[in-house]
Amino acid sequence: MSAALAPAYPASAGRPADALSDTGVMIARGLRRSVRDPEAFSTALALPVVLMLLFVYVFGGAFNAGVGAAGGYVNYVVPGLIVLCAGFGAGTTAVAVATDMSSGIVGRFRSMPITSASVLAGHIVASLVRNLLATALVIAVGLAVGWRPVAGPLGWAGAVAMIVAFILAMSWLAACFGLVVRSPEAATGATFALMFVPYLSSAFVPAGTMAAGLRPIAANQPFTPVIETMRGLWMGHTSTGAAVGHEAWLAAIYCAAVLAVAASLASWLFRHRTAGR
Amino acid sequence: MTYTVKAAGLRKAFRGKTVLDGVDLAVPAGHIAALLGPNGAGKTTLIRILATLLRPDAGTATVAGHDLLADPVGVRRSISLTGQYAAVDDMLTGEENLRMMARLRHLPARAARGRAMELLAAFELADARRRLVKTYSGGMRRRLDLAVSLIARPELLVLDEPTTGLDPRSREQLWSAVKGLAADGVTVLLTTQYLAEAEQLADQVAVLHQGRIVAEGTAGQLKSGLGADSLDEVFLALTASAGDGAGGAADARDAVTRRTPEVTR
Repeated sequence: MSAALAPAYPASAGRPADALSDTGVMIARGLRRSVRDPEAFSTALALPVVLMLLFVYVFGGAFNAGVGAAGGYVNYVVPGLIVLCAGFGAGTTAVAVATDMSSGIVGRFRSMPITSASVLAGHIVASLVRNLLATALVIAVGLAVGWRPVAGPLGWAGAVAMIVAFILAMSWLAACFGLVVRSPEAATGATFALMFVPYLSSAFVPAGTMAAGLRPIAANQPFTPVIETMRGLWMGHTSTGAAVGHEAWLAAIYCAAVLAVAASLASWLFRHRTAGR
Repeated sequence: MTYTVKAAGLRKAFRGKTVLDGVDLAVPAGHIAALLGPNGAGKTTLIRILATLLRPDAGTATVAGHDLLADPVGVRRSISLTGQYAAVDDMLTGEENLRMMARLRHLPARAARGRAMELLAAFELADARRRLVKTYSGGMRRRLDLAVSLIARPELLVLDEPTTGLDPRSREQLWSAVKGLAADGVTVLLTTQYLAEAEQLADQVAVLHQGRIVAEGTAGQLKSGLGADSLDEVFLALTASAGDGAGGAADARDAVTRRTPEVTR
């Protein structure tokens, strides 16, 4: 036993390339953990399917009487469902970060000569992959139940870029939340809040159809330009009547601002919180 | 004599409450040093400061020759920390935990795998290597935790209450692993609430009470210093709270500091 306990490997010197390798290891860890939680993982995969069927076949008939999307409600609701699923995904990310912070493993990571940014980067990339998977499911099920986008390859590329930017912004925001609350139970609350926000946007019905008091909120909250950018790129027109380019600029500014603030805040919180007790 | 840990005047307060009130500590290379103290004595805070997880408010320390404040990365390269709660990833298997940590120590993939297998065998976890850690028993988690600490040979192994909650057999296994390491020249700093553990393992015992080292020496020196039959008596005498009247703790402390000047050198 004693021979095996006397390791021959000295702790290696830190090099810039190690930061990349550390981040790779953390990403692999995040992805592994994602599939090891069968409950959360199957919920994340079932959600897009169930919601799509619910919104198209249960609510779709009545909703579309007001929305008037050509070819059925599915041609309105896809971007909204993508955003709703991303809200759920952000909740998962908040819980993952909070769980990490409440376990001893972050302390161990911190006491090792590794890039501390790699720990959060691992969470964010795993979150991006999980959410893109859910998005792909929304798109696939949507196409199967009659969604007919008119976008060309450029339009698709733009819509996907919008989704990636939105998911990244949401993931960093979720990481902040997870770092602040620290207990997985409290982080679960984030799922609820983030899943509620899309209902007060143009996700499921145009803002113009809402009560007068809600209209300005729904029309101007950040989720709406994100949804309308996707809708405009895929379907050729937005539900607000604004040009796609206008919505895209707004969405890009919102996402960039949230990304910049949330990413710096999360990094600061990570250093601060792990350095404290 | 070379010291792996040399700390002087370490102070730390949380929100105005003093947790460490000027701690001096010197651990010679290759020694097993035990920090003994009741709950809330500041053991974990001291450990966290020495592991660069907390900044002291005042005081200086070097770990393996690296200054704590000037060269924290140097300190991190020289130490391995096993915290109070097993710092392993529940959602990964035992093997994945070890391979991940080996990769984070910048071993190439193949070497990481080899090292993981060696350690799994050494800590009797080979059969359980493909099981998720959340299915492990407390003893298995602790052994995995220690195995992770040993992926790269540290100059200083820091163990915060390593055997809390372990059954006797797992405790014996862990003790023998720690002794084996010390025999190989690794310096060990551990905290414990168990006097038997300090007596069994440690070359040097430091009793921490209310943020100060109130006595330091071998278990034998401490016992003879107080004329006590067991380390339990020493511990109780030294850590009796001021409210217990008659200044018993202070007397005991005086007795030790009077009689063991050679001990603290």
